[in-house]
Amino acid sequence: MTELLLDIHVERKAFAATTVLQNVRLQLQAREIVSLLGPSGCGKSTLLRIVAGLEKDFSGKLQRAPGAVAFVFQEPRLMPWLTVEQNIGFSDDRHYDKAWVTQLIEEVGLKGFADALPKSLSGGMAQRVAIARGLYSRPQTLLLDEPFSAVDAFTRMKLQDLLLQLAEHHAIALLLVTHDVDEALYLSNRVLVMGNRPGNIRQELHVNLPQPRDRRDPELARLKAEALTALHLAHVI
Amino acid sequence: MTTSKSKPLPGTLEVGEPVTTSTRRWRIRLKGLVLPVAIIVLLEIVVRIGWIPSYQMPAPSDVALTIRDLAEGALWKHISASLLRVLGGFAIGATLALVFAAWVGLSREAEAYLEPTFAGLRSIPSLAWVPLLLLWLGIGETSKVVLIAIGAFFPVYLNGVAAIRGIDRKLVEVGQMYGFSRRRLTLRILLPAALPGLFTGLRSGLSLSWMFLVAAELIAATKGLGYLLSDGRETSRPDIVLAAIIVLAVLGKLSDGVLAGLEKRFLAWRDTFTGQGREG
Repeated sequence: MTELLLDIHVERKAFAATTVLQNVRLQLQAREIVSLLGPSGCGKSTLLRIVAGLEKDFSGKLQRAPGAVAFVFQEPRLMPWLTVEQNIGFSDDRHYDKAWVTQLIEEVGLKGFADALPKSLSGGMAQRVAIARGLYSRPQTLLLDEPFSAVDAFTRMKLQDLLLQLAEHHAIALLLVTHDVDEALYLSNRVLVMGNRPGNIRQELHVNLPQPRDRRDPELARLKAEALTALHLAHVI
Repeated sequence: MTTSKSKPLPGTLEVGEPVTTSTRRWRIRLKGLVLPVAIIVLLEIVVRIGWIPSYQMPAPSDVALTIRDLAEGALWKHISASLLRVLGGFAIGATLALVFAAWVGLSREAEAYLEPTFAGLRSIPSLAWVPLLLLWLGIGETSKVVLIAIGAFFPVYLNGVAAIRGIDRKLVEVGQMYGFSRRRLTLRILLPAALPGLFTGLRSGLSLSWMFLVAAELIAATKGLGYLLSDGRETSRPDIVLAAIIVLAVLGKLSDGVLAGLEKRFLAWRDTFTGQGREG
């Protein structure tokens, strides 16, 4: 349970003359769920992109355990010319594992939509496909960049529960970027509150509640107050 | 698929009578026929009663007869000559254009080297090449095919580059996330994503090919539809000229229809293509 999947230390990451991240240290254990919580522009997405290997130009050190890392973007980013099934198996071109894809389609609740094109899916359904595509490579770590920010509040709650189920079922760790305090607390074992200019981690909140959680749990409300205080101290709200 | 071109009719016209989509579609087609049929009938009458001399404007029925006569004789020779030239020139021009478009579109370096030259060449009206082509290549098939290829090149090239440069960066990033090689990225993401723009270019390239075919054949040819046009003029046979024009229109429409069919087939995934899906 205490296998270390990810250990990253970003000394400095800058775009042109602007420092977006400074002295950020982040570790992720196997099966752990960690949220990066912060306002727009604090560099949390950049941090996630560095972890994913999409951003290579930074000073610091990135150590990843062997094993696949998958990424779920803010938008579904499905290939519009491929069906749901082909999108999920995208990383294996045309020789994807059909049985595995079919199982994933069922797990994300899209049974019967295997041959649908993305244009016929709602935003929430498309994001389910994107999650299934992330799971296809059997990752140990799933990175998610504000994955539910574009869907309505009710769909978001459903997708959060789905994500927790999948993480549990496939025994994967989640590193999630969000600007939604409730989402961070509901999902995570640890919430890292980030501040602005330069972006770094200002506070770490431990959510010692078992899953599944009750959204009305007073402990979540108490932690929310703490997170809001931290964000306030970081001058972001 | 079937609703792509139909516009909803005002519902007040058919009260109490259910109108299926197919009869509705036929009504729209009939409406489109009203104007051409009226013009043909009017012309027929005007020419028959002698208001317009028939050596200037033959009656539509005479043109139809001319087409029938030609179809029993030399018409197929002219059509096949023209069709071969268009297909050859278009194939060469479009292929080269696709290669250069891919090169310039995918590489900033290639763009820096090639784009200014192409921009310069593009500003030459393509028909200005005609005398040079005749000097260099003679009046044979080669000069005609080359002229058509030049005509087809630029629309395909321009649309191709624009299509590649218009690809959503976010989709490309998905491929990068999977560590796709450049070749795989091109085949799996760039090519399908650029396909709508490529088709636009191919279709306008094809219609320009027909235009340049006529230009080439008007100037120097012994067969072909352009030759038929100039032959009709020289022998004062406007019915032949009109017959050739009609055949050109039909061929242009048919060849564009082939590309449009392919486009519809390959781009059915486009969200903009069919409008409302079946399930709404």
